[in-house]
Amino acid sequence: MISNEPRLDQRLDRRAAIRILLENRGDLLLVTGLGSTTWDAASVADDEHNFYLWGAMGAAAMVGLGLAIAQPDRRVLVVTGDGEMLMGLGALATIGVQRPPNLAIAVFDNGHYGETGMQASHTAEGVSLVEVARACGFKEAFDIDDEVGLREFAALLPNSAASLFARVAIRAHEPPRVLPPRDGVFLKNRFRRAIGADT
Amino acid sequence: MGDPAAMNVLDWRDQIFAALKQAEIRQVGYVPDAGHARLIELCRADPAMRAVPLTSEEEGVALLAGAWLDGQRGALLMQSSGVGNCINMLSMTKTCRFPLTMLVTMRGEWAEFNPWQVPMGSRTQAALELCDVLVYRVDRPEDAAETVAAALDIAFNGDLATAVLLSQRLIGAKRWMK
Repeated sequence: MISNEPRLDQRLDRRAAIRILLENRGDLLLVTGLGSTTWDAASVADDEHNFYLWGAMGAAAMVGLGLAIAQPDRRVLVVTGDGEMLMGLGALATIGVQRPPNLAIAVFDNGHYGETGMQASHTAEGVSLVEVARACGFKEAFDIDDEVGLREFAALLPNSAASLFARVAIRAHEPPRVLPPRDGVFLKNRFRRAIGADT
Repeated sequence: MGDPAAMNVLDWRDQIFAALKQAEIRQVGYVPDAGHARLIELCRADPAMRAVPLTSEEEGVALLAGAWLDGQRGALLMQSSGVGNCINMLSMTKTCRFPLTMLVTMRGEWAEFNPWQVPMGSRTQAALELCDVLVYRVDRPEDAAETVAAALDIAFNGDLATAVLLSQRLIGAKRWMK
């Protein structure tokens, strides 16, 4: 049937998705990328175990890698967007060589650059981040498009024996921004104090 | 038999490695490079260090920021061409005052065969200084380790970004076969 009504987008709501990932976070360390995933994390709670990137687009996965190598006894989760991941795609190859078992990367993929006016990203044209991750050596790489799949992924976070990658298909919409602190020195020092690194 | 005094003198690359050990460097990000080959080999062979090959130098700036979030010290090895790749990432280093030391082998400044190396090589120091990175230059082998140690000290004591430029004259110009 032909209809002029816009098709209802059934993909996951990004704020619901971040809540599922952080529901039982325990002592999980979280790194978020510029920019919507930073607002997503703040919408759950401004936790001192969160390190938000407000810039340095493309850095999120590598910050997660450095942290995961330094802190093998803690789990590190990077949550970033498709545009931010695309800008630092080489990081997936670099992480594919190191493969720290305590690192997980979740890419919220809405196929758009939300912060600059919702222009289409490469993933909207068929570039598959999960296939890139697999090709880079991630043995545990998941293409997730519903809540059940996301909950299964979240359950792997506390004790996976391999680096994890998830591409999470989310709806292209912009929920109200929830802004965490943006003073970089404050965020760094707060995080370091929280994990006992500021010696 | 060689002169025993001379045998005790380490190569300057080995001395830089000793300076990294002395400063408790645990993560070393690098892009493969002829000038750094010996140092990379030493870092890779050290069980107390994690040597991380990068696809591009800016990854290393982010890697070492993550390491420092847990208090682990790192160093970043690259060629002068890689400095240009780091510019926007250095905004995080400055904004968050992450300590950072980059050891940069120079190209495009001394008996350079390849003109494509000259634009970045001749502007490496200026580009770093534009990003508020403190730059030290080494032209003589006997200055190498001391300069690296000083750059690491000020970076980790002051939460600052530093770079040591190892000049092309020091390293030796790349030899090309016809």
